Amino acid sequence: MMERRTFADREDVLGAVMLAPALAYVIVLVGVPFVLAIVLSFSNATAGSLSFGWAGLGNYAAILGDPIFLRALRNSAVVTVGTQLLVVILATAAAQVFRATFRGKRFARFVLLLPWAVPVSLAAIAWTWIFDSTFSVINWTLKASGLLHGWLYWLGDPGLALTAIIIVQAWRIFPFATVIVLAGLASIPQEIVEAAVVDGAGFWRRLFQVELPLLLPVVAVAVLFGVVYTATDLGVVYILTGGGPANTTHVLPTLAFQRGILGADLGQGAAIAVFLLPFLIVVAVAMLRLARRAEVGGAAR
Amino acid sequence: MAGVDIRNLRKQFGDLCAVDGVNLSIREGEFLVLLGPSGCGKTTLLRMIAGLERPTGGEIHIAGERVDGDVPPRARGIAMVFQSYALYPHRTVFQNIAFPLEASRLPRTQIAEKVQRAADMFGISRYLDRYPRQLSGGERQRVALCRALVRDPKVFLLDEPLANLDAKLRNTARDELKRFQRQIRTTTVLVTHDQVEAMGLGDRIAIMDRGKVRQVGTPEEVYEDPVDTFVATFVGQPPMNLLDLGDPALPPRTLLGFRPEHFLPRSVFQPDEDVRAFRFSVRRVEYLGSDRYVYGSISDGAATDTTVIAKLPATIALAIPEGEQQEFAVPRRALRYFDAATGSSRKI
Repeated sequence: MMERRTFADREDVLGAVMLAPALAYVIVLVGVPFVLAIVLSFSNATAGSLSFGWAGLGNYAAILGDPIFLRALRNSAVVTVGTQLLVVILATAAAQVFRATFRGKRFARFVLLLPWAVPVSLAAIAWTWIFDSTFSVINWTLKASGLLHGWLYWLGDPGLALTAIIIVQAWRIFPFATVIVLAGLASIPQEIVEAAVVDGAGFWRRLFQVELPLLLPVVAVAVLFGVVYTATDLGVVYILTGGGPANTTHVLPTLAFQRGILGADLGQGAAIAVFLLPFLIVVAVAMLRLARRAEVGGAAR
Repeated sequence: MAGVDIRNLRKQFGDLCAVDGVNLSIREGEFLVLLGPSGCGKTTLLRMIAGLERPTGGEIHIAGERVDGDVPPRARGIAMVFQSYALYPHRTVFQNIAFPLEASRLPRTQIAEKVQRAADMFGISRYLDRYPRQLSGGERQRVALCRALVRDPKVFLLDEPLANLDAKLRNTARDELKRFQRQIRTTTVLVTHDQVEAMGLGDRIAIMDRGKVRQVGTPEEVYEDPVDTFVATFVGQPPMNLLDLGDPALPPRTLLGFRPEHFLPRSVFQPDEDVRAFRFSVRRVEYLGSDRYVYGSISDGAATDTTVIAKLPATIALAIPEGEQQEFAVPRRALRYFDAATGSSRKI
């Protein structure tokens, strides 16, 4: 007797059923808030009131005339670019180290991945102590080694505070980037590296003229992830500086949070948040094109 | 003197002895082929000459200078072509060929000039602006050779450079390779497991097995006078027939060897020619166009279960019916003898 067709045999239905949770998640928790944010950015809605009136482009006009917003926009760009530069350098160097075999490599790899696994808030609180105006261990170390004569108010000076933010963001992302670069290094054919050795290329020439160009598509992916990760992050800046001193270190997410939630001006907060969108789209398209071009220029052997 | 001298060279990978006490002298301007089955240590030997692998023991001298130990590849005056060609995929053909020159910090104008000259020699000037992926297998090989030769190495190392080409192309590529080597007269070491390639390219062939060099000699020498049964059966297609006939005229435990192309019907030879005749029971005949392979066994003597192969050229039109006994013979000058215990050749 023939066995009956079970549910698991009906691939059309099964596929839809298994996709449903992911689809529901994206629609409810990403799609709806996204559309809502765009709608809110054209409204004069406030927290604590149910009134909703159209404001047209009023919110956008207001923030574009606001020096704090322009400062935050610039900070977002500086922090994102600065972080990625630092991450690419750190990750490439770390990947070179982890490619070698040495004693305690497994332990070192575990330690390397820690920053990535630690909750943002915990890490940021630890860093506020490292940058503390009175107890900063960085200052203490620099002073003890005779490199510093004055005193650095890390989170009290706008320039230093931005530097501190970049350091913490890079510290968070570079383990992930290192793993990606390591995987990329492993995919470079051994014979090509050996050919470079035989052709007489030393370590630096090999790194800059053979390995890094071949790594470019992979590094582009790591940078793309990093850009999105850094540009949308609220926690680090919020805990480290809270946007201060005097609103000089706000980035778009913290400013959006401050205006929209703490300041209750939902419309303006949404407008600030939406401003991130074209910025990220441009970066994403540019990165993908770069990755593609590198691939076309150097696909397969 | 730009030869290579290898003395008692060894390489140990854990428990495995990949190269086991190799002595080899490669003369200046010579084309030497390292031939052997996979895993015989030939590539490891080549990589040690290149400096990509550090010997466990022994010495390597290139052009009279000792280079084993800490002399890096770039200081050895060698160039190498890899099996995959290992072209830099992100660089154009021009940039690929220029790479070793850039690495030796040559002025830009000289680089352009040298690359152009080398590219002309290999007939790839038209492709200088292309990327490796836009080239065919044969063109890529020429770029790889060109990149290796552009800085005038003392020794030229090739690791199975023809293995990745399709069969049609391989003959032309082999001919080109040999012509280039004749033209430039650079000492060349080529690794292959293909005996046809080895015979066709090598001034001399070094046959390796399990980390040891079994025999070094011209293609004629290794083919005509193999030093042992390994060389006898590894070189030649189909391999040399080896029989223990228990012949009372020979010393005990002696293997009789002869090449399939010498094993022909008795009627092909002159009646007064000095031949050794056999009763050959034919099992099967394979028609291959230019040749016929005849499989069977010798029915007189003690080796009736050993398969013997005869290779008859198309010029012998004689009918060979399957399943029948035939009178076959081998000229005595083509007979070889080996010690059945040690495998080494024996003069009788």
